[in-house]
Amino acid sequence: MTSVTSDRPGAINARPVRHPGRWVAIAIIALLLAMMVSSLVTNPKWDFPYAFEIMQQKAVINGLWKGTILGTIGAMILGIGLGIALAVMRLSDNPVLRGVAFAYTWFFRAMPRYVLLAIMGIGVGFLYKQFDIGIPFGQQIAHALGLSTDLTFASLKWDDFSSTVWVGILGLGLSEAAYMAEIARAGILSVDRGQAEAAQALGMSPGQTMRRIVLPQAMRVIVPPTGNETIAMVKDTSLLAAIPVIAELYYQAYQFGSRSFRIMPGFVAATLWYLIVCSILMVGQSYLERYFGRGFGTSTSTKQARKVDALLARAGDH
Amino acid sequence: MAETPLVHAVNVTKSFGDNQVLKGIDMDVHKGEVVCFLGPSGSGKTTFLRCINQLETIDGGRIWVDGELMGYADRNGHLHRLHDKEIARQRRDIGMVFQRFNLFPHKNVLDNIIEAPVQVKGESKSEAVNRAKELLARVGLADKPAAYPAQLSGGQQQRVAIARALAMRPKLMLFDEPTSALDPELVGEVLTVMRELAKEGMTMIVVTHEMGFARDVADRVVFMDGGVVVEQGAPTQVINNPQHERTKTFLRRMQAEHEQVVAAVQDTFGAL
Repeated sequence: MTSVTSDRPGAINARPVRHPGRWVAIAIIALLLAMMVSSLVTNPKWDFPYAFEIMQQKAVINGLWKGTILGTIGAMILGIGLGIALAVMRLSDNPVLRGVAFAYTWFFRAMPRYVLLAIMGIGVGFLYKQFDIGIPFGQQIAHALGLSTDLTFASLKWDDFSSTVWVGILGLGLSEAAYMAEIARAGILSVDRGQAEAAQALGMSPGQTMRRIVLPQAMRVIVPPTGNETIAMVKDTSLLAAIPVIAELYYQAYQFGSRSFRIMPGFVAATLWYLIVCSILMVGQSYLERYFGRGFGTSTSTKQARKVDALLARAGDH
Repeated sequence: MAETPLVHAVNVTKSFGDNQVLKGIDMDVHKGEVVCFLGPSGSGKTTFLRCINQLETIDGGRIWVDGELMGYADRNGHLHRLHDKEIARQRRDIGMVFQRFNLFPHKNVLDNIIEAPVQVKGESKSEAVNRAKELLARVGLADKPAAYPAQLSGGQQQRVAIARALAMRPKLMLFDEPTSALDPELVGEVLTVMRELAKEGMTMIVVTHEMGFARDVADRVVFMDGGVVVEQGAPTQVINNPQHERTKTFLRRMQAEHEQVVAAVQDTFGAL
């Protein structure tokens, strides 16, 4: 019976499954890649040195910051804030608020951003030369009563900023809010109802419950699609040209290309900047996801443990 | 009557659609009393509990807690529904423990406990943290302030939930089947904490299926079925000597289930 051990199967030393298809695919892709690289290297019209030069032009950098990046940040802040407000309205008990939120989403989702920006940049100025801030219908009332004042406190000349990035932020932000409202609504609905009940049972008001208990948990669901929206927004700032706002990355880069009759380097410069900005955003998104996903993993971070220790120690001193 | 009851409910009715789940409940609970609600599922005991702190609005009757009419203001004989903020204020003094714990998963244990004292009562953070430390020691979890709920067992989570409710220094504690979602071996640790609490004189209303707990700890046992209180009295009386057929049937079924569990445990472990 002692010889049994030598008969027992030992370590497996089998031949792996062959994957001929994989090698074919690698060959095809390598071929395509070689053709692409060859084009990049041999066709002088790519003109990479000039593309890099365009990337560093003051007007292009200025457009990147003041048009593309400022526009994205501004539009997303407005879009997220207004979107969450719309989502809360959509889920409220008040039928008027629900209706308004629905109508808003319906309109702005149907509205193409390019058309919306053109209307805001050109159309609004055609309708109203200036905006008066005062009592509603104040001018009519004043006229009817024969008053000397027209009940207007301040006015705003639309021309003063009809062609600025602020109109772009307003337009893109209003449009974005419609999409963010749906994302935020899905996030809020994903939080277990027991959470709100527990908060209410502790005496928290509906506002506190939403702000401190429901929304932070909803963020776990809201953040990934919001990162998607932000990256889409970076690219949609190229629509600012419809307003028209020209201090914007794509327009500036294109101008350098077309003015010098070297079109392609302009496109390449814009593309590279978009790739860089979106890559940075992806890194930021992964940090945000980790932050709002806290409590859903299994390990306490040492940072968290230190924070609690400090809190306990400080409380002990009193 | 010597003193006004802490909870005074009169003719409470509640329907969900066509289904009337409470058909006129009268119930007084006095300060320091521990009352256990027993009854088959669907009998309305959990709904009644949730009506006390207005998680459900009632259709008829009145509920007073500590002399205050819950959910409504009585102005010259006309009832006015209270604003949400007013109802939130009424709930501050009533602690509630849920079947599924409902701890806040995005906050660690300490933050779960200090959330309401700081945000609702406006206590200073250090004051709330000191109280939280005390409470965590009391429920046997002094070493867990930094843990997130997902890192704790069900029994530990429920003990944190009890500490969280106690942090508001409630006059009344409501327990909605606090051990029903727990693995059998974790039930004991939660019941131990509840026993301690009862010994300290906390007024408690407990919806439960734990016969042993009801028998040992309750001052009074209430048996509900079909939206009405069928019978109530001292635990020995209701559990050992039930008067109504429905109570007897329910208790027999509970007993049979209990014996099955015991037999199953003996089958498994007795053979070793």
